[in-house]
Amino acid sequence: MNLSLLIAIPTLTLISILFVNGKMARVAALAGSFVQLGTALFMLFSYMNLNDVSHLAFEESHVWFAQWNINYHIGVDAISIAMIMLTSVVLVAGVLVSWNIEDKTKEFFFLLVMLATGAFGFFISVDLFVQFFFFELAVIPKFLLIAIWGSGRKEYSAMKLVLMLMGGSSLVLIGILGFYYYSAEAGTPSFDLQTLSQLSLSHEQQMWLFPLLFSGFAVLSAMFPFHTWAPDGHSSAPTAASMFLAGISMKLGGYGCLRVAVFLLPHAAREYSPYIIVLACIGILYGAFVTLKQTDIKLMNAYSSVSHCGFVILGIAMFTKTAMVGAVLQMISHGVMTALFFAVIGMIYQRTHTRMGDEMGGLLKVMPFLSTVFIVAGLTSLGLPGFSGFVAEMTVFVGSFQNEDMFHRFATIFATASIVVTAVYILRAVGISLWGPIKKKEYESLPDASWNEKLAAGILVLSIVIMGTMPLWLSDMISKTTETLFP
Amino acid sequence: MILDYLSLMRFEVLALGAVILLLLIKVFSEKMNISAILGFVNFSLLVILGASFIGRPHGSMFGGMFLNDGTLMLEKSIITFATLLISLQANNWLKNHSSYLEFYLLLFSVLIGMYFMISSGNFLMFYLGLEMATIPLAALAAFDFNRIRSAEGAGKMILSSAFSSAILLFGLSLLYGTTGSLDFGTVSRNFTSGSLSLLGLSFLLVGFAFKISAVPFHFWTADTYEGSPVAIATFLSVVSKGAAFFIFITILYKVFGAVYEKWIHALTLLSAITMTIGNLFAMRQLNIKRFLAFSSITQAGYILIAVASGTKEGMASIIYFLLIYIFSNVGAFTVVSIICDKTGKDDIDDYKGLYKTNPKLSIAMMIALLSLAGVPPTAGFFGKLFLLTSGASKGLIVLLVIASLNMVISLYYYLKVVKVMFVDKNENPIENISSHISAKIVLIICLIGILSIGFINCIFEYIHALSFGI
Repeated sequence: MNLSLLIAIPTLTLISILFVNGKMARVAALAGSFVQLGTALFMLFSYMNLNDVSHLAFEESHVWFAQWNINYHIGVDAISIAMIMLTSVVLVAGVLVSWNIEDKTKEFFFLLVMLATGAFGFFISVDLFVQFFFFELAVIPKFLLIAIWGSGRKEYSAMKLVLMLMGGSSLVLIGILGFYYYSAEAGTPSFDLQTLSQLSLSHEQQMWLFPLLFSGFAVLSAMFPFHTWAPDGHSSAPTAASMFLAGISMKLGGYGCLRVAVFLLPHAAREYSPYIIVLACIGILYGAFVTLKQTDIKLMNAYSSVSHCGFVILGIAMFTKTAMVGAVLQMISHGVMTALFFAVIGMIYQRTHTRMGDEMGGLLKVMPFLSTVFIVAGLTSLGLPGFSGFVAEMTVFVGSFQNEDMFHRFATIFATASIVVTAVYILRAVGISLWGPIKKKEYESLPDASWNEKLAAGILVLSIVIMGTMPLWLSDMISKTTETLFP
Repeated sequence: MILDYLSLMRFEVLALGAVILLLLIKVFSEKMNISAILGFVNFSLLVILGASFIGRPHGSMFGGMFLNDGTLMLEKSIITFATLLISLQANNWLKNHSSYLEFYLLLFSVLIGMYFMISSGNFLMFYLGLEMATIPLAALAAFDFNRIRSAEGAGKMILSSAFSSAILLFGLSLLYGTTGSLDFGTVSRNFTSGSLSLLGLSFLLVGFAFKISAVPFHFWTADTYEGSPVAIATFLSVVSKGAAFFIFITILYKVFGAVYEKWIHALTLLSAITMTIGNLFAMRQLNIKRFLAFSSITQAGYILIAVASGTKEGMASIIYFLLIYIFSNVGAFTVVSIICDKTGKDDIDDYKGLYKTNPKLSIAMMIALLSLAGVPPTAGFFGKLFLLTSGASKGLIVLLVIASLNMVISLYYYLKVVKVMFVDKNENPIENISSHISAKIVLIICLIGILSIGFINCIFEYIHALSFGI
């Protein structure tokens, strides 16, 4: 399996979008994203057939800049494969959801695919320089997507989001350069994750590098107190961009925290873990309670993302094998779930022209399909068994509780408490907007989902159900990788 | 023998030939075909550029006053290439200008001065080249005869250059007093860290800081850029700055390499202040030329990081960065010049809604600005990261922290311009402009450069092979 295909296909898609006329761009984008999904599935199956998964699969390395020892080094393990699957699913759904974009169609799909390209590249690269390249590649499309096609205070939100994310990435950059310096001091300067993980750093060196790398990535995964871009950005972004932001972009952060910061600096990570746990717990509870106050359902989902992504950070910081697997599962589960949520919120908004839950009502009667999807997304969010949310959160909690001291147990209990709050706001939102009598006369004639919306929702719901009902093959695959990465 | 010498000084000789030919044309022909002459000028620039690819002369002349080797040839070709781009960019503007011949006479004189300055092996030759490059440039800055600001900008430039030259000369005289020579090699051998020599070195650094418009010696920059014609503002920000940096690193590494510890702190400080102040001012600019002026000050701050590193990789990344910077900055300035030519508007607010009426220009401007900001996949990303990495390999961590925070700030104001073009609405936006073919060529070359240089690793390898460290 040639891993470079995962970058080549989106790149070719980008080029073909450039050269087709207006509306054909969406066809090109859809075709490209389906091919990408197929390639990702093929990669998944070939990985599952591998006998030896103790090291990176499908590795490839070419010299890029020999003078700096920068190599185009790519390879995947189970975590990155899971992330790539997530990204390709969300990409297909995002393109389908944006099928009817009228304004600047070509530019929209170009930026959308470019964002995904950055994510794909980020997940497969093993060289920190290359990884950083793709990391930043995904930033500018977000700005333009929100500032041009967004709604509300779009310019403010776009600028805030991009500056916060860039601030995060500049912290990451300092961390990477710090590593480069220490590896140069030790003999050969390097950006390679594998080589750098062999580097023996002193306590002090680890202690100052870790906060930079970790908090830099944590900005992206909206860890408290770096979460403030998330509500603004999500609520102003167009539907597909919100899906990408929450479904893909926040996962870049989580993946970076786990696969770069914690992997390279395990010692410092353990030292800092109590602080991270406290922040994660605050984020989980704070996010949940703020969500409780929202009447705008898009904003509600944005805040609930802050809360849910807290579980990812919590799982990583708990340092048990189960919790780490849970963190990865939560990333995938939340990615698919929140993409579905944003998609269906966008679809409902297109019809009702309001995002206020209390202005809707009785929508189940007029749009049975969309309402059902909304309920599925809601139930996944509150962690109902049978859907992916339950599997992921349960694994995080069980893993967290394996730590035997009081601190970790209390933290787990606090985090678990948020589930109750989640149930309150989800059920209330579902009740207000879908149940009851139809609030407005004009709602009665609203159409249900069109083919593209049905397809997008169907793909996402299918992924949720697969994860929820057959979680073991996935968690087995991931736990093999986490065991080798974090012995 | 004479052929060897001619081949050694091919750039200078060819440029001189062009100057003489232009003079002859000026004197003997009454009625001139403008397009033919502009074509001739661009062709001769192309010839000079092409001359660098034939053979690899290496040697010195005039008792070591004039040196030439592969590195210097590369540096000269880079500034020639930039001049060619600028000449093409200015084509349309010059066609309506009464004194276009004089424009090129002066421009070629500046080039000759820069060639000599870059090739110098002696402080005397260096100073000669520097002055020859500066004084005609000030005349060029005043080339918008109808605008009073153009004269004002030129005045500020000539005054501050005279001032900085005086400081530079004072430093040189101290160096001469303590080492007994002006030859680079002898000064390097005889240089002791006595207080008088160090004083000479610091005056020299201050003189250079003026030339590369580092803070706090940058005050002339914004006014001069704003006042002068767009082509000259481009030239100042790209060629002038590039040439100054080339000779700056040569002198620092070759002559003062042994006393690295003495100047690294000064440079670190200069770099930190330059990028921070440049950024803070750039944020508040309303005029696009002033905005680009401050952005170019900030870029000088980033380059100083690599200068401070003193490594071979550092020098390679400076040349590489300057090459990329040519594409990005000339690209941005070309859009400004196209718009300024047709409408006379050069405020950032005038660019509101540009994307509606001129999508291609706006996209070109956006790509150029993103390259200046250092965002992938543009070449600016690689250029900037290499500068930072060369700093990292020497452990200049504080500087790196400041630089990467500054990169966030700079992204803010570059994106603000992007936002103005793409998002903001305008009652009467700039109408659709059909740009001149030569300007189009420049834009296309710049965009190709910006989008491809980072991925072609042999360019960096080539530069790296020619670079040297302390």
